[in-house]
Amino acid sequence: MTHPLRAKAACVGLATAGCGESPGRNAMELMAEAVHGALADAQIPLHEVDGLFAATAFHSMAAMSLAEHLGVHPSFSDGSNIGGSSFMAHALMAAMALEAGLINVAVIAYGSNQRTAGGFKSISEPMPFEAVYQPRQPLTAYALAASRYMHQFGATRADLAEVAVAARGWAQLNPEAFTRNPLTLEDVLAARMISDPLGKLDCCLVTDGAAAIVLTKPDRAKDRPKPPVYLLGAAMEHHHRMISAMPDLTVTAAAKSGPRAFEMAGYKPADMNTLQLYDAFTINTLLFLEDLGYCAKGEAKGFIAGGRIAPGGETPVNTNGGGLSCVHPGMYGLFVTIEAIRQIRASLGADEGPREPGGWIDDVKLSLAHGNGGVLSSQVTSIWGAGDAI
Amino acid sequence: MTTTEYFSGPGPEAQFKAFMAEGKFMIQRSAASGHHVFYPRTITPCSGTADLEWVEASGDGTVYASTVTRRRPEQGGDYNIALIDLAEGPRMMARVDGVAPNQVTIGMRVKARVGEIDGETAVIWSPA
Repeated sequence: MTHPLRAKAACVGLATAGCGESPGRNAMELMAEAVHGALADAQIPLHEVDGLFAATAFHSMAAMSLAEHLGVHPSFSDGSNIGGSSFMAHALMAAMALEAGLINVAVIAYGSNQRTAGGFKSISEPMPFEAVYQPRQPLTAYALAASRYMHQFGATRADLAEVAVAARGWAQLNPEAFTRNPLTLEDVLAARMISDPLGKLDCCLVTDGAAAIVLTKPDRAKDRPKPPVYLLGAAMEHHHRMISAMPDLTVTAAAKSGPRAFEMAGYKPADMNTLQLYDAFTINTLLFLEDLGYCAKGEAKGFIAGGRIAPGGETPVNTNGGGLSCVHPGMYGLFVTIEAIRQIRASLGADEGPREPGGWIDDVKLSLAHGNGGVLSSQVTSIWGAGDAI
Repeated sequence: MTTTEYFSGPGPEAQFKAFMAEGKFMIQRSAASGHHVFYPRTITPCSGTADLEWVEASGDGTVYASTVTRRRPEQGGDYNIALIDLAEGPRMMARVDGVAPNQVTIGMRVKARVGEIDGETAVIWSPA
């Protein structure tokens, strides 16, 4: 039976703003600029926005602050913050609210000026029973997960480095990416160690950046200037907040969210034409490829070998350059979603801007956007498709 | 113990810290299931029963995961952060000392003591 939320929300507009460095502009200003861009892309006026979804590391009540800044009065809003996966969850909630008739036009937004404001920004409270050991979260948690993964499955730092090299390969095709100089396996292995086994180049960028997407009902989506891209499936799961409470550091809740999202969408992992996987650290990509069903647990190192997830490879992953090389303003999930949708729009003939040959993948009908939040805590999988994939 | 008594007085975090101040590493155990619990909870995770009681930890553990946090020598140098599986079952974040931070290996048997990090009591482990 078709899931009642399948293809009930369509993205009709999207934009990013201030990616990289935006000195002098604050997180709200960048977020409002992205909303302006996304609504212009959708050709929908601001006053029609009646659903608003936002989360940032700068605002404790982001949806309220954004609504006020924009001068809109949402009849439904949500500012749930489950880290970088918030925006995939917002898309699911927007679909629910659209289908229930609570709203007609939803905007999902994010903004951050962390790079020019002084570095990584978090509003996380210190974790009780962990803080005394002085972890540098989220870094410490991902390093611990990588240590366990390497121990358990015989992976090496070189296997992790493959992920960073593939991401940089994609960034080199994308003029919008922040870091585009050539990167070799040796460079990654030789980089300064930060928290063993993770070195500097196993870690995401620290940039500024804002993003917004506009979702509406399928009937309203049909007459928009850009081809609508439909939310076919979405599912979430989380089981811990502190890394010490994660049941198995080598298995994320994506193993649960993934299958449910595929079931809702009516597709299987191999049907996806691009995979956008939240890569805050190199270990993420390996874990998510396994947990989302692309290879068995512990086998991602073999799966990615030989450039499989790099440009020209069989399985395009993080085609914008990812959080490792394109943009990572702190909560990267909406950029993951936007890249998934843009690859589909580009295949449908929309002008998504220039990329080097191969940067826009041919014949993309289905893209997976997987969000990760906290310390491998919250996992939200979303599947987007072109109209003829419904 | 009545439900009212169970939920009265200092909470589990305050009780844990009071034990630590006396030099005791205490964990919780569900009276009904016998399962041990760490970090200190209000009710037993999953079952939801209000039946947690304090027991002294054996202090035996095994390193589950480990990282060396890199820090400049003038700021105190590198330090270890590990996840330790307690012999009783639960896992906790901790520091392993008595061995170089990069010599803490997964699977290593370790023994707990109540120590201090920058003036705050902490469970610290060293090779058994």
